[in-house]
Amino acid sequence: MTQIVENIESKINVSTIRSKFPVLDQKVNGKKLIYFDNAATTQKPEVVINALSDYYRQYNANIHRGLHTLAERATAAYEDTRKTVQQFINASEAEEVIFTSGTTESINLVANAYGRKFLHPGDEVIISGLEHHSNIVPWQLICQEKSALLKVIPIDAKGDIDLEAFKKIITDKTKIVAVNHISNSLGTINPVREIVQIAHDSGAIVLLDGAQATAHVDIDVQELDCDFYAFSAHKLYGPTGVGVLYGKRKLLESMNPFQSGGEMIKEVTFEKTTFNDIPYKFEAGTPNIADVIAFNEALKFVIGLGNKEDVLSYEQTLLNEATERLKEIPGLTIIGEADQKIAVISFIIEGLHHFDIGMMLDAKGIAVRTGHHCTQPLMNRFGIDGTVRVSFSIYNTLEEVSIFADSLKQIVEKWR
Amino acid sequence: MEIKENASTSMTDIQNEIIDEFSFLGDDRESTIFYIMELGQKLPELDEKYKIEENIIKGCQSKVWLTADLDGNRILFNADSNTDITKGLISLLIRVLSGQNVDDVLNTDLYFIEKIGMGQIIGSQRSNGLVAMIKQMKLYALAYKSKLS
Repeated sequence: MTQIVENIESKINVSTIRSKFPVLDQKVNGKKLIYFDNAATTQKPEVVINALSDYYRQYNANIHRGLHTLAERATAAYEDTRKTVQQFINASEAEEVIFTSGTTESINLVANAYGRKFLHPGDEVIISGLEHHSNIVPWQLICQEKSALLKVIPIDAKGDIDLEAFKKIITDKTKIVAVNHISNSLGTINPVREIVQIAHDSGAIVLLDGAQATAHVDIDVQELDCDFYAFSAHKLYGPTGVGVLYGKRKLLESMNPFQSGGEMIKEVTFEKTTFNDIPYKFEAGTPNIADVIAFNEALKFVIGLGNKEDVLSYEQTLLNEATERLKEIPGLTIIGEADQKIAVISFIIEGLHHFDIGMMLDAKGIAVRTGHHCTQPLMNRFGIDGTVRVSFSIYNTLEEVSIFADSLKQIVEKWR
Repeated sequence: MEIKENASTSMTDIQNEIIDEFSFLGDDRESTIFYIMELGQKLPELDEKYKIEENIIKGCQSKVWLTADLDGNRILFNADSNTDITKGLISLLIRVLSGQNVDDVLNTDLYFIEKIGMGQIIGSQRSNGLVAMIKQMKLYALAYKSKLS
């Protein structure tokens, strides 16, 4: 077992990877930092930090309409990220990649620009019980506005989407199905290929919230055949404030703009405005140039890690070890034990509140997340008000898992 | 019983006592958090009948129930929470404010909070919760003051 772990570890070369993340090399509250809050945001490799600084130091300029050299450089770098994203998610063309401020804005864009145009009274939108609030609330709002019905696919006790129930609730009135690729609270990897197939068979389009997926599994939007795919740069080793909306060209072209102003127009008179082509139609105003450019380095970092299966396999080693160790702790219950899950563990401990656990772990230098993780309906499903969530990344180690498990055991022994 | 004994001590003395206790803990975050949790565990539980919606302090991330009673011109506070750290925090407020004269509760400056560096210990989210607790305690004092006058 040890041999296998070492082999996988050496394939991934964790120590080399760790050395690229300056933030990891520090003490927090006198202890070596253990960062297990990667589902909230990942840390940034030095290349990303440098790219941000280089842009501002060397070629800060507004993009697209400038004729001067700096504007050309900035435009080329910005558009180069779009091409890398296209390659990363295997979109058929770069124009299908729209930059947003994050997954939340990407979903809101679809709810508003697609939903407002194509939803009619009596139509249905389907989400799942696993969703983050950002994939619930935009749909609630647009459904209210358009007198459409919002339906929810139930999830089972293990934290899996009930596909049979989905088949039962989808009807020919269902226009949009919006589900996450991977659950942020439980780590469940959803059968999105099947969900897309079922939805398409019924004539509905599908948006996948990929916020938790991009750092951990291969994304191939053509293979998935999803109509929209939304994700954030900051959960993928990139800067905050950048997101992506992938959409099929035909759909994007059929939609009205989401926001309006500069950049998204072809021609403006006071009588009429002609909109620009995709993707610019959806990128009104000066975009987040610096962060988009730095995001390119994050993508190259991930692509440079090699086969995503090796990444997933390494993270699964951490997950399995942590799961095994946590199960030894008296009073601890893991919430969400889907067969297919990424390295995320949500848990509760009888007699200890998740906030208290989180603060005590922080005092030991261990960063975890506590609370409802913006998934209150999911917490209600399990009859709890929150969990402690640990989420691993490629730079975490088995040693860190071991320190964490020992620390948690000590806390439980002392306080429970 | 403990509450009544506190009443004979001035709020300044109690606050200075707390500052002394925390200074013994030094900069060690873990010991400080453990100490607050211990205080929380020592706070007597509030009877279930008081754990109702109208006693919940709005603005706290965790659940905090607070009751206030008048004993002559002194105000008696009791509280509970579903987290030990929050219970510890409110137990400190109770230690300073409960059993004190209504006017004193209204006018007091709770300087011990800053002196012990509570903001850094508990973070910004919980600090907001602490402010909400103090506000609610002062609101009770204000309400009782108008009742007394």
